[in-house]
Amino acid sequence: MQLIQKYEEEMALVRGWAGWIGVLLLAAGLLAAPWVLKGYQLYIANIIGIKIIVAIGLNLLVGYTGQISLGHVGFVAIGAYAATHFVTAFERSAAFQWVGGPFWVALLVGGAAAAVFGVLVGLPALRLEGPYLSIVTLGFGLAVQQILINWPAVSGGRIGMFVPTPKIGPWWLDSDRGLYFLVWTCVVLGSLVAFNLTRSHVGRAFVALRDSDIAAEVTGVNLRYYKTLAFAVSTFYAGLGGALEAYVVQYLEPTMFNLYESIYYLAMVVVGGLGTIPGSMFGATLLSFLQFGLSGAQEYLPVLYGAVVILVMTVEPLGLYGRWLKIKLWSKTWPL
Amino acid sequence: MYFWQLVVSGLSIGSLYALVSLGIVLLYRTSRVLNFAHGDMSMITTMVAYSLLTAAGFAFGPAAVLTLAVAFAAGAAFYFLVLRPVKEATLLGQIITTAGFSLVLSGLAVVVWSADTKVLPFPLSRAVVYNIAGLAVNQVALGSFLVAVVSVLGLYLLVQRTRFGLAMRAVSQNDVAARVLGIPVRRVFAVTWGVSATLGAIAGMLLAPVTLVSPSMMFDPFLKGFAGAVLGGLDSLPGAIVGSLVIGVVENLFGGYVSTSLRTTVAFVMIIAVLLVRPEGLFGHKFMRRV
Repeated sequence: MQLIQKYEEEMALVRGWAGWIGVLLLAAGLLAAPWVLKGYQLYIANIIGIKIIVAIGLNLLVGYTGQISLGHVGFVAIGAYAATHFVTAFERSAAFQWVGGPFWVALLVGGAAAAVFGVLVGLPALRLEGPYLSIVTLGFGLAVQQILINWPAVSGGRIGMFVPTPKIGPWWLDSDRGLYFLVWTCVVLGSLVAFNLTRSHVGRAFVALRDSDIAAEVTGVNLRYYKTLAFAVSTFYAGLGGALEAYVVQYLEPTMFNLYESIYYLAMVVVGGLGTIPGSMFGATLLSFLQFGLSGAQEYLPVLYGAVVILVMTVEPLGLYGRWLKIKLWSKTWPL
Repeated sequence: MYFWQLVVSGLSIGSLYALVSLGIVLLYRTSRVLNFAHGDMSMITTMVAYSLLTAAGFAFGPAAVLTLAVAFAAGAAFYFLVLRPVKEATLLGQIITTAGFSLVLSGLAVVVWSADTKVLPFPLSRAVVYNIAGLAVNQVALGSFLVAVVSVLGLYLLVQRTRFGLAMRAVSQNDVAARVLGIPVRRVFAVTWGVSATLGAIAGMLLAPVTLVSPSMMFDPFLKGFAGAVLGGLDSLPGAIVGSLVIGVVENLFGGYVSTSLRTTVAFVMIIAVLLVRPEGLFGHKFMRRV
């Protein structure tokens, strides 16, 4: 068993040679994937990447800071529509050509637009808790969808909205392989930021808020600042995911962003494990596979999906990552 | 006159929301569980009522009684089968578990009864309109309002006037102390789930003539009932009734004067406004915590 002697070792992202081998294998796998997978499989990989981004963001809010959001898909929708309108407006103009076109800027715009609304929704969260906060976020998610349905100028009405093909610098991202690199670059960057956020003083403030907000405030954690920050960061991830979803699906309509999607995202976070970034990746991947694997038996999908969620909650409330940690601990101390 | 007409029809739909939200509040008060499957549970029982009335050929009265019995049993069974194992879970865990159960139920409804809308044979008609003090009230609205009032009275008698209601109130105050004093807490929980599901079933059957019977029929009423419960304060039974009636009237007034398409949004904007002033809802107890 490895003995940890320094604080830096305790906080390191990658620990020991086993960790580095794992990281290298993961990197090799991610780089090889666009050539191993074909067509529709790559599309699924892209969708999984988007779910991972949104799930990580949601986990920062729900798992780390302990604030419930039942309307996260509203932020995804805002990100998707903001990014799409941004690229349609600037696609032909010269304004962003010197940085390589408006398409990657639009990802940030989508994230920022969602974050603005995230801060707005986070304000009532300063006063509310538990079920009361859940209804505010739930109402927000429903309101976004209903406003989009009734505002054709933004959502394109019944026809929906088509998203222009992204072009970054000289590259047209018109294939799933091109999009794969865009999506998974965002996944890697997003998870690195999240990992670093959670092991910094910000992450510790989030966890302190979750465990006891009164105690955290007494010890000097600025409650208002960090709660709002958690909402802003989490909804930025959602908006980024939404913008990517717009590029990958290439078509937007309000019914894509319904309440069930919010619950699916929440289920990914909980099934993977609350308060762990790798857990969100596990959860998002597993539940997306379930969704696509059952596409042949569409009518049984909700039943199985719900059953899996209930099963995980009854057997392992800590989620898949909690189980993985237990296995790891068991293997480390094996002969004992 | 148009105003009062809108208020009356708002009260009629609000009384149905109240039945939904009473089920939610009753559960939350007693067991601190927010039941996101409440709407789907009442949808399933309405489906059962539909099958009893059409395929099995029952008359309406026996079918309704049988449906309520099924709802009670299903609610209690849900508590023992699904919720007991995750009793220690956090609020979020419970929300996820009940939301998972809601997915299972709505999925099952599609598999068993198919997704298309059906008409429940209902003894009252919307075409028969009474004139009460100059206001037009149709038979279904009047009947459902009366049934809702009777159900609420029944619930009041159960909670405030019986020994079992006393036990329910004791458990809701402090379930550990209640257990120490010899109250069968598990049985109280199970019966509370049963009563909650029964209230949901009544609401589902009364809503059937308005929304028609389909797997998504309870989606909107459940959200409105939930919203009404939060508006009134989640641990107050009178609050749930008042909150739901307010939501029914406000959304009906908005629909009548402004537009029908943004009704849900308006209901939620109102809730957020109220919660900003009173974070515990209109009639809820103030949050107090030990540090």
